[in-house]
Amino acid sequence: MATIETTPGRNPGWAGGGTWGEVTDAPIGFGHMKRKEDARFIRGLGDYMDDVRLPGMLHSAILRSPYAHATINSIDTSAALAHPKVAAVVIAKDLETLGLAWMPTISYDTQAVLAGDKVRFHLQEVAFVIATDAYAAQDALQLIEVDYDVLPAVVNCRKALDPDAPLIRDDKVGQVDNLASPLWEAGDKATCDRVFAEADVVAIRTVLDPRSHPCPMETCGMVADMNPATGQLNIYNGNQAPHAHRTVYAQVAGLPEQNIRILCNDIGGGFGNKVPVYPGYVCAIAGSIVAGAPVKWIEDRSENLASTGFARDYLMYSEMCSKGGKITGLRVDAIADHGAFDSTAQATKFPAGFFHIVTGSYDLQGAHCQVKAVYTNKAPGGVAYRCSFRITEAVYLVERMVDALAMEMRTDPVDLRMRSFIRSDQFPYESATGWVYDSGDYHKAMKLALEMADYDGLRREQQEKLAKGELMGIGISFFTEGVGAGPRRHMDILGLAMNDGAELRVHPSGKAVVSISAQTQGQGHETTFAQIVAEELGISPNHIMVRHGDTDKTPYGLGTYGSRSTPVSGGAVAVVSRKVRDKARQFAALMLESRAEDLAWEKGRWFVRGDPERGATIERIAEYAYSATNLPEGLEGGLDANAVYDPPNLTYPFGAYIAVVDVDPGTGKVHMRRFIAVDDCGVRINPLVVEGQIHGGLVEGIGQALMEIISFDESGNCMNASFMDYLLPTALECPEHGFELGETVTPCPHHPIGAKGVGESPCVGSPPCIANAVVDALYHAKGIKYMDIPCFPARVWAAMNGNAQPPQ
Amino acid sequence: MIVNISINGKVQSHDVEPRLLLVHYIREYAELHGTHWGCDTSNCGICIVLMDDPNTPEPPYPVKSCTMLAAMAEGYEITTVEGMAHPDGTLDPIQMGFHEMHALQCGFCTPGMMSTGRWLIERHPNPTQMTDHEIRDGISGNLCRCTGYDNIVKAIRWAASYIEEHPESARTART
Repeated sequence: MATIETTPGRNPGWAGGGTWGEVTDAPIGFGHMKRKEDARFIRGLGDYMDDVRLPGMLHSAILRSPYAHATINSIDTSAALAHPKVAAVVIAKDLETLGLAWMPTISYDTQAVLAGDKVRFHLQEVAFVIATDAYAAQDALQLIEVDYDVLPAVVNCRKALDPDAPLIRDDKVGQVDNLASPLWEAGDKATCDRVFAEADVVAIRTVLDPRSHPCPMETCGMVADMNPATGQLNIYNGNQAPHAHRTVYAQVAGLPEQNIRILCNDIGGGFGNKVPVYPGYVCAIAGSIVAGAPVKWIEDRSENLASTGFARDYLMYSEMCSKGGKITGLRVDAIADHGAFDSTAQATKFPAGFFHIVTGSYDLQGAHCQVKAVYTNKAPGGVAYRCSFRITEAVYLVERMVDALAMEMRTDPVDLRMRSFIRSDQFPYESATGWVYDSGDYHKAMKLALEMADYDGLRREQQEKLAKGELMGIGISFFTEGVGAGPRRHMDILGLAMNDGAELRVHPSGKAVVSISAQTQGQGHETTFAQIVAEELGISPNHIMVRHGDTDKTPYGLGTYGSRSTPVSGGAVAVVSRKVRDKARQFAALMLESRAEDLAWEKGRWFVRGDPERGATIERIAEYAYSATNLPEGLEGGLDANAVYDPPNLTYPFGAYIAVVDVDPGTGKVHMRRFIAVDDCGVRINPLVVEGQIHGGLVEGIGQALMEIISFDESGNCMNASFMDYLLPTALECPEHGFELGETVTPCPHHPIGAKGVGESPCVGSPPCIANAVVDALYHAKGIKYMDIPCFPARVWAAMNGNAQPPQ
Repeated sequence: MIVNISINGKVQSHDVEPRLLLVHYIREYAELHGTHWGCDTSNCGICIVLMDDPNTPEPPYPVKSCTMLAAMAEGYEITTVEGMAHPDGTLDPIQMGFHEMHALQCGFCTPGMMSTGRWLIERHPNPTQMTDHEIRDGISGNLCRCTGYDNIVKAIRWAASYIEEHPESARTART
């Protein structure tokens, strides 16, 4: 138990002592540190989207389609407009006059902001009501009459390309079928075919990674405030990429970018859901222009689940082969279901995201994957739910396939992995699909996980239980992620290079402000980014303010998703700190009457090499930088710097996971007994925050493996549009005595501080691990070789009885 | 209609629509934004506040303020996150525990989660002896998407131990 100071909490600024937001026992640099941002959150003083209140602010609500596919004959808004509290009702034809009826998606498709002649998914946006209070706006929705003619809906991605399938995107000139993007391939097909021809054993599975949803606890929303007097548009909106959003709004609305300011205050979770621009945002902006007042739009939970960025929905026909006891080849033919509009979030040159990292952690001789994307009458997307651009789908596939192959080979899934891993002496390693992995020691991580779990003991226990009719499963996964997108020569979104900026100002008192383009949604940036500056300059993190979430006050960059904060923005902060340190050296040389090249650095001070007593601390140097009167030509006063970090490569965190489950033979209920997670994310800035990230990601993995799915009936109705039907794990679905975490540290060789990023790793590695554990239980007891996720009781029970079906 | 509710020791009196939900009374009329909402269907526990019936000796208990009309809280004492700390600024042990154990990330579920945690400690005859299952079962009406719950379990345990060592610190927990 942590020690408590004598009068804890007595100071009004307490988050452990000192002034507001300061924490006790803060290391000067990396290490365990409690979070600075906690001070406001534990007092209920966070400032979230729905907390924004502006003078004269109006409220809004969106009327949504009750059908998945229908033509709109007419919309009658007269009764709604007559409501005494309604200020305006906006429909598609109003937006047309503003040029805002359609908006571009992240993937160069278009999306209807409000449906005009046709609705294309259940709960699509049809009308936008602005009223003086939120209850009245909801009331007025009931007064709008829309006349629809229902059309047959395309719900199943397998049937989307049937010749007689209804055409969904008849708005697009030249679109004759439901293909959303052409076939995209990676890997060498001829080599792959040869490897398969020479194989001993081949495993074949159709693997579905079903549609799920990131559903952060705070839904999406915006307050748009267009000032008619100045033309200034202030946008209060919790999103993961404020600078990119500003550029998009400037393009979409034709507004001058310098007049747009995005303010992200505290954000109640993102997980990929707050990356895209949604129709509700554009409506709020249009509403503010029309109404001449600030307009708030906050979606409810059903709107969040049914209309905003979903994840996954990849159907993958897969073959994996071995020769001589080692995995040698992988072949994947995937269909990606993007829903009614292709708003999948990824880097421009990668239409299937980073899916082609599908060879995983294995040294394969050949691999080939191809992906085609289809339109269906479902909500548009998809986004990467705690995932670096479809890597979750790739890892899910390869780790399910390794287990499938192990079954066909009648070998232990751990042994097969150990025989097939990329060896530590092979790094940097170029994969069969063209990725260059930076560093790793996979055998070491796997061995540590096996020791922590007592793997042999678990297998013995499984056999003993089997004899008693009890079903116990042990699941393995080993993942490699590619995160921190990315190098500007390869990676952009809508033409914007995927770099991040940082600006650091050390004030005369030696206290500092670092401004960053990354956008925390709970990741603890105010603490960890201060620790990076602290590590580089020797200033206490308590004396460093991290500024973010205001596009007028922070440098440009692409934001926080794809585990890119530490790999990219963290790189920028390390680089800008080093620039400041170099500038400090010039001042120190003057102060110490020495040559700059004769000075040496130790954390917090420059000193004369060979005479360590003669030195100047960073605080003294800062004071000097602002007050010295005799600066030589070429040396500007002040102690600050800017940087834009262009990562030379992605970083490749990895990990070995083991899940232990018990399956109730009577009900099919899966009990998550233990979870062992060994993560290697390179250098850890703050172990407390890293472990918190891992815990959270593992629970989202449990959700996907056992509970979470967005499904549709045959008419295209979304069946999971509330927390009654979309089930998130509670504390009871997690291992009762907690997760068992282990670590190895393989620094990233090209990152300034050797860090690799961690936020998404646990959510990437855990779904296949748990699914493998469930199948392991069923395989040893009943010979069942495969089932899709989510493994909720009815589906497990069906699988147990030989009726495993993909979810609808 | 006029609805009178005591929130954090201060009696509020507002003229509201009868259909107004308690969470909106707290947020829009009492202007206390620390209580959030997450689902509207009583599943997530984000909107939990502590409610005290002055006519019973029971400790304040958690209610989901999105599933209750403001009018139904007439005459009750409500404690929100803003009322957890002592008036002199001393934090409640549950608030300290959440910080010490890194039991929050985005902070959105935190007010509701801390309210439930405090109730768990209050109602238990021997809070330091709570089992992992008791704590997990107790917070299973509160969803958190960030922390994975492990550190929340630890934070509640931390607060229970702290109160045992510093009995006077629990004084704010009974309004």
